[in-house]
Amino acid sequence: MTDQTLDEDHVIHTSDDREAHGPTDRQYIIIALILAVITGAEVVLTYIDVGPIFIPTLLVLMAVKFLIVVSYFMHLKFDNRIFSVLFYAGLLLAITVYVTALFTFRFFD
Amino acid sequence: MTDLEPGQAAAVSTAHGVDDVGETTVGEVHHHMHGVSDTSTGLSNNKLGMWLFLGSECLLFGGLISTYMLYRGRVTRGPGPDQIYDIPFTSVSSFVLLMSSLTMVLAVASANRRDVRNTKLWLTVTALLGATFVGGQVYEFTTFYREGLGYTTSLFSSSFYTLTGFHGVHVTVGIIMLLALVGMISRDRVTGERSEVVELVGLYWHFVDIVWIVIFTLVYLIPA
Repeated sequence: MTDQTLDEDHVIHTSDDREAHGPTDRQYIIIALILAVITGAEVVLTYIDVGPIFIPTLLVLMAVKFLIVVSYFMHLKFDNRIFSVLFYAGLLLAITVYVTALFTFRFFD
Repeated sequence: MTDLEPGQAAAVSTAHGVDDVGETTVGEVHHHMHGVSDTSTGLSNNKLGMWLFLGSECLLFGGLISTYMLYRGRVTRGPGPDQIYDIPFTSVSSFVLLMSSLTMVLAVASANRRDVRNTKLWLTVTALLGATFVGGQVYEFTTFYREGLGYTTSLFSSSFYTLTGFHGVHVTVGIIMLLALVGMISRDRVTGERSEVVELVGLYWHFVDIVWIVIFTLVYLIPA
């Protein structure tokens, strides 16, 4: 590696750095296996009676899968924060607007 | 200000994005492959545009999912969600789409390594997995229709077909982009800086996957 520091924030990255940046192929496969296991757990949950924690558990597992794909497969965890702001701003806006709309229609009553 | 040695194949960035590339000898730098662009932000405008587009797509699918949630209990005639969904079949479809995200990310990693052969291979596998998913959706729609669930049968059926149909169209568009990309790579029309297009198509594909992650849970797994 031939990193060359410009100042505290500015770094010269070589192509080698970039290739080392983010997960390796093997790590991607492990992440995919984790996602598959979570999906399997979701399906199993629908066939067993876990009582009132059923829906919250499914929502948590869904959120975990969502964040894993966005962070690792879409590289948001390793990319510039501006990309995260653009995406999560849209997502947050959508959640706010539609949860409000669902409240308006008394969906949660 | 830093002059890079000719042929050094280096990219200048802050921690994953440059604010000021200044007078760096950009001609020797593979900017786009390394996340650095000759823009005022130092970021690729194409990538910014794609993330902005994906953010706006959250609003589109948010609207469709909310509409489905409101109407899924409105079954005046025809079968309801509890009677018609085939969870094992949809679970396999979901697994296929999930694995297509893995093959897509492997294609992007191969493109970053300038490994043309594996890039084309993984893009093709991704397109095939996507086609399998869409084929499954067509089969599911056909089965539902035969069981009496037409588009206008009930508010539930209309909102269900609209939501999952929109998603299916997105997957189909993704498959077309993947195959077009394989063709362009074969003709050496995606080289150097333009290799970023593989990453952009990848972002779109992963987005389609995360939308399905939400649909699978909210529509299929959580009962009405």
